[in-house]
Amino acid sequence: MDLRGRPNCYSTHLGILPLLVLVLVFFSVAVRELDVREIVTLSRMTYPQTRALSPSRKDVLVLTPWLAPIIWEGTFNIDILNEQFRLQNTTIGLTVFAIKKYVVFLKLFLETAEQHFMVGHKVTYYVFTDRPGDVPQVHLGTGRRLVVLTVRNYSRWQDVSMHRMEMISHFSEQRFLHEVDYLVCADVDMKFRDHVGVEILSALFGTLHPGFYNSNRGAFTYERRPKSQAYIPWDEGDFYYMGAFFGGSVVEVHHLTKACHEAMVEDKANGIEAVWHDESHLNKYLLYHKPTKVLSPEYMWDQQLMGWPSIMKKLRYVAVPKNHQAIRN
Amino acid sequence: MTRRRLGLGLAFCLFASISLWVLCGYVKDWLLVSYVPYYLPCPEFNMKVQFRREKLPQPMAQLQYPQPKLLERRPTELLTLTPWLAPIISEGTFDPEFLKNMYQPLNLTIGVTVFAVGKYTYFIRSFLESAEEFFMRGYQVHYYLFTHDPAAVPRVPLGPGRLLSIIPIQGHSQWEEISMRRMETISKHIAERAHQEVDYLFCLDVDMVFHNQWGPETLGDLVAAIHPGYFAVPRQQFPYERRQASSAFVADSEGDFYYGGAVFGGRVARVYEFTRGCHMAILADKANGIMAAWQEESHLNRRFIWHKPSTVLSPEYLWDDRKPQPPTLKMIRFSTVDKNTNWLRS
Repeated sequence: MDLRGRPNCYSTHLGILPLLVLVLVFFSVAVRELDVREIVTLSRMTYPQTRALSPSRKDVLVLTPWLAPIIWEGTFNIDILNEQFRLQNTTIGLTVFAIKKYVVFLKLFLETAEQHFMVGHKVTYYVFTDRPGDVPQVHLGTGRRLVVLTVRNYSRWQDVSMHRMEMISHFSEQRFLHEVDYLVCADVDMKFRDHVGVEILSALFGTLHPGFYNSNRGAFTYERRPKSQAYIPWDEGDFYYMGAFFGGSVVEVHHLTKACHEAMVEDKANGIEAVWHDESHLNKYLLYHKPTKVLSPEYMWDQQLMGWPSIMKKLRYVAVPKNHQAIRN
Repeated sequence: MTRRRLGLGLAFCLFASISLWVLCGYVKDWLLVSYVPYYLPCPEFNMKVQFRREKLPQPMAQLQYPQPKLLERRPTELLTLTPWLAPIISEGTFDPEFLKNMYQPLNLTIGVTVFAVGKYTYFIRSFLESAEEFFMRGYQVHYYLFTHDPAAVPRVPLGPGRLLSIIPIQGHSQWEEISMRRMETISKHIAERAHQEVDYLFCLDVDMVFHNQWGPETLGDLVAAIHPGYFAVPRQQFPYERRQASSAFVADSEGDFYYGGAVFGGRVARVYEFTRGCHMAILADKANGIMAAWQEESHLNRRFIWHKPSTVLSPEYLWDDRKPQPPTLKMIRFSTVDKNTNWLRS
């Protein structure tokens, strides 16, 4: 107020300032989401009703005895799952090893992944290679990027395969933990031919080997020599998991790969190599650390060897025909 | 007053407001401000709660058990997996020995909230006695019994590692009000106390009795139970709240299952967020002068459509004894006590 009692500019401003402040504070407070982790409110969606008395698949097991879902076509509604994972802004890392001649598989692998793998979500491809110059240029969709990690090679293909565990374990701590939420570790000599999406994501998942899904545990090619760290007795075992496709949260994958690597180091010190290398150790680990999801053989198939049985409604991730002798030497 | 002064002044206001807004973003954690304008400020309802560290499963010991059969020839009757990949728990879907070996080493404490107000204190004895026999045997259990009349609580002997806390609450003349306030009471109780004492929490109705084992197969992040009256019925016939004015409104084209309000639970942090959300919705309805068709059960159902449960219990875990047991349900574990509802609620 000035001397003559009229409100002047300064008092008007003094009035506007707190008013503006109050309005903005109220809006920011009222509009802000409750600060509790993991509130994922789905938007309104229409989809057919789930019928409690109609099992989705009558011909296969969809739940393990430890209550982990077994993922088959028909068991899941991808729209609900996509929404749940998109709301959490999930980023998925896909690790693939292209050592020596295996770089030749990268182009098809990446191109088909662009079409079928986690479409609509953020993806980072981690390509481990000893030949960074040979990594092909593949056009990537939005929210998807490729990182080339240069690593050493090994002369024996068994060592190349086994050291993947060490490399994934190392990079999980260094890098993946800060960059992605989930890790999927895949073989490169494969291609995606149908949807592979967020239905696979959970704390720890393994994939059923296409050659053993119908076998008894005695026929599983576990490591059977007690001297090895990967040893599994004849009367034990749930499933035979394939080493070519596994994953989970970064923390769980780190634990798995670290444990497998340490077990392989121990075996080497004792002068023994497990019959199926890293796959034997993976099976040992998953026997005692039950996966929270199990992927059906739809997610790991070889059409040349196994054909297309009626039980497989979709073949999602399949082997690319190759000459083993030529490629491995 | 010059234009320049006015411009400068307004610019200053804008700058000050924006910086305060940004500051609010960082400082909101310490603000004990009520989010809902018409709700009386209640500090414990808005405080940040530190939950117990999550206990993760450890490697399993070597076990002998038959191999799971991947290719089932016989058709199963009940659905065992929801479309969002949550297991539906019923007899035969799980191996109790397996789960015992997975969960027992974690040294978990399971909390149970149960409300016995008015004449409902009559049910306490049978509830607790049957719970002692069948509920989470071998685990540490903490019953939280909310009642208006602590003197009416009978003495029931409890096994080792099992505790009962009697928490006095206000009664209410209307039974609907008593029922709905449970959401508020549970979330406040978690914030004040349960978050430090238990890992998982189940919220159960008291007028029920356990008949068979209720074990760690029921543990999950967020657990709901299918209502026994509606598991074989199309969603249009679910007794959802159908008036758009209510915040529990569910359209005809929405809905997975009709879940019962008598059983829900999960990790204590998830139950906190769930009950809090339901309570906010109930308050919104109160402000609009509307009460949902089935009180908090309507709000629970609305919320479970948006926040899908990670584990679903089949009607074995929430049965109505007045119904004949269908062949699809092998084992009834928890069901209603036969009672005269009118007398109880008077």
